[in-house]
Amino acid sequence: MTAIETEPRFGDVPTVRQQLQDVDYLADEGIASVVFLADRLDKPILVEGPAGTGKTQLAKSVAEMIGARLIRLQCYEGIDEAKALYEWNYKKQLLRIQAQSGEDHNWDELHDDLFSDEFLMTRPLLEAIRAEDPVVLLIDEIDRVEVETEALLLEILSDYQVSVPELGTIEAAQIPLVFLTSNNTRELSEALKRRCLFLHIDYPQLEREKTIVLTKVAGITDNLADQVARIVRSIRQLELKKSPSVSETLDWARTLVLLGIQSIDAEQAKETLHILLKYQTDIEKAYKELSD
Amino acid sequence: MLDLLSGFIVELRRAGLPVSLTENLDAMAAVTHIPIEDRAAFKYALAATLVKNDSHWRAFETVFEVYFSHRGPQYNVTDENMSDGDLEQWLQEQMEQMQQQGDGSGGGDMSPEELAEMLYRAMMQGDDALMRAMARSAVSKYAGMEPGRPVGGTYYLYRTLRNLDLEGMLDRLMEEAQQDAPEGLTDLEQRLEREEFQHRIDELKKEIEAEIRRRLVADRGVEAMAKTLRKPLPEDVDFMHASRDEMAAIRKAIQPLTRKLAARLARKRKHKRRGPLDFRATVRASLSYGGVPAEPKFRYPRPNKPELIVVADISGSVAAFARFTLHLVYALQAQFSKVRSFVFIDGIDEVTHLFQGEEDITRAVHRVNTEADVIWVDGHSDYGHAFQVFWDNWGTEINPKSTVLFLGDARNNYHATNAWILKEAGKKARNVFWLNPEPRSYWDTGDSVIGDYGAHCDGVFECRNLRQLETFVDHLA
Repeated sequence: MTAIETEPRFGDVPTVRQQLQDVDYLADEGIASVVFLADRLDKPILVEGPAGTGKTQLAKSVAEMIGARLIRLQCYEGIDEAKALYEWNYKKQLLRIQAQSGEDHNWDELHDDLFSDEFLMTRPLLEAIRAEDPVVLLIDEIDRVEVETEALLLEILSDYQVSVPELGTIEAAQIPLVFLTSNNTRELSEALKRRCLFLHIDYPQLEREKTIVLTKVAGITDNLADQVARIVRSIRQLELKKSPSVSETLDWARTLVLLGIQSIDAEQAKETLHILLKYQTDIEKAYKELSD
Repeated sequence: MLDLLSGFIVELRRAGLPVSLTENLDAMAAVTHIPIEDRAAFKYALAATLVKNDSHWRAFETVFEVYFSHRGPQYNVTDENMSDGDLEQWLQEQMEQMQQQGDGSGGGDMSPEELAEMLYRAMMQGDDALMRAMARSAVSKYAGMEPGRPVGGTYYLYRTLRNLDLEGMLDRLMEEAQQDAPEGLTDLEQRLEREEFQHRIDELKKEIEAEIRRRLVADRGVEAMAKTLRKPLPEDVDFMHASRDEMAAIRKAIQPLTRKLAARLARKRKHKRRGPLDFRATVRASLSYGGVPAEPKFRYPRPNKPELIVVADISGSVAAFARFTLHLVYALQAQFSKVRSFVFIDGIDEVTHLFQGEEDITRAVHRVNTEADVIWVDGHSDYGHAFQVFWDNWGTEINPKSTVLFLGDARNNYHATNAWILKEAGKKARNVFWLNPEPRSYWDTGDSVIGDYGAHCDGVFECRNLRQLETFVDHLA
């Protein structure tokens, strides 16, 4: 743990929930508690769950809520230190050497100069650590990086510091809120999990989904939102390759509004199924299911 | 508090959850920030620090219910210090409020009819607080719980539910909904209504279950209850003795598992770029260094992509196991050069075609059960005959590249074993493996002839749960 003391950002759990709602993110009790706790314990949050349930959106909304800058690191296979942490600007270093070459050669001086802040290019992780203003760090789709690369994150996650061999250890000016998201395509390492609070975001309950539809889709009637949420729940109960996510529900609701539908019947639902489901087999299955 | 929490964590570990010391400390730190009275937030706080895998959530919830069951303001209505009489009174008031014109039967016991009527109203309106109170009232009325009586919670649950007649309730609710709608419900609306009511009924059942658990904890103490309620994690559930709920949990767990396994295998392939040392090439290269093998040469890597032949027993008790294995194998099809599958009971049939051109594995597995022609005489397992037919019809297709996988408990009903077929198959195939879903201690007891077959296999593996199955498939590909 670091010695840096930070003021708690939130008063209590209901406040977090209310504030998130003010920025149009409808958190349930679980989400609000974990966000609150992350701030109090100074721990990163590992958010896991099916695609399209608002994992990334949570980080964005929290950033908006506390008026912080969002720094995002999108992970992919093959990401390395140079892309995630920092890199030396070697072109500029070369220029520096060349500029010096006419004058006296004082290697020691030059050496110290070459590895100074001026030539350091910060990447998202280092940037988040060095930021003076409040930031929220989002490490997106962490499960895409290799197990070995995960280790890169451990220092920053547990101690909020980055070691640069030439410069020494850079400690955080203030402890940022950190979100890691994972689609659970592979098991994350124990070391990583241990350092984080774990939050599983699943498909929302009926009531919450309805409220989400009501807030996010302009001009939808209460009745239609209710129907949308119920039909989506019904479809999720089928065994599908990919269940409709919240974002797909929203797309579907928007489409229905655009089509000027006030109340869905089975026919209309079937005709617009392809917005909700992405696999042909799934569509066929749901189609059949809604027919009987 | 500290004692309670450490007891809780010990119990979590006993249930199989990996809770490390750091996580333990985190949980302790977390609870200082969140008051125990806010029960939901408290629960999520503990979960966030202790549970790092979604499939462990259920196990966590059960333990949590036991340890922190009768704490929290949410249960004010049904508080421990409120006697049953008070509760009835409260319900009565509620009922009068609801009926408005209530004839005010006033005081006394509520008759079962009244209770049922109340419950029905609560369901119709989806009133949570009332439903909770109803659950409590129903338990005290029907379960007939006596302190110290050594019966399981399921017995009480059964008694309560039998008296409530929830099946009839669903029909009645549907009827009422039908009548309420001005011009009747369309099919779609009917379906949605039914699901909504079903959902509420399930909620009620859960509530009743929780109520019974609360009372049992109060009666028997936390430790004893935690022990009886301890449930294995989905990956540790025995295939052969899984209940329906557990089966559903396994089915849910198998999907992400196959995804992870496929990703891991693909990665393994990609990273192993070097084959074994090529001795001839190394010696030849050494000539240019005066005979010093300075530059080792390696063989071109040949990924081990076996041709898989799966022969599965799908009779009664082992059917579930065969289904999961087929599911897993086909989900990993890309990792094998070819997969052929056969299923048998006493007759044998090839089912490869059911999986080909079928994107939906669940449906394919279902079709295996309904379409495969596996009954020869009486539908009791006859490994000997099944293997005989297999050998006569398809034996020629086993080649040095193929791995033959037998799935079954080898309970042969005292028929002839025909173990020589495995021996012959072993000569032609690259590997012959046998997976047995029975615990090792049961092998070769009764009519189990696994020993006879196992003698001719390259390996016989006990494969009782998802974890073991995963390890085996990982090793195979």
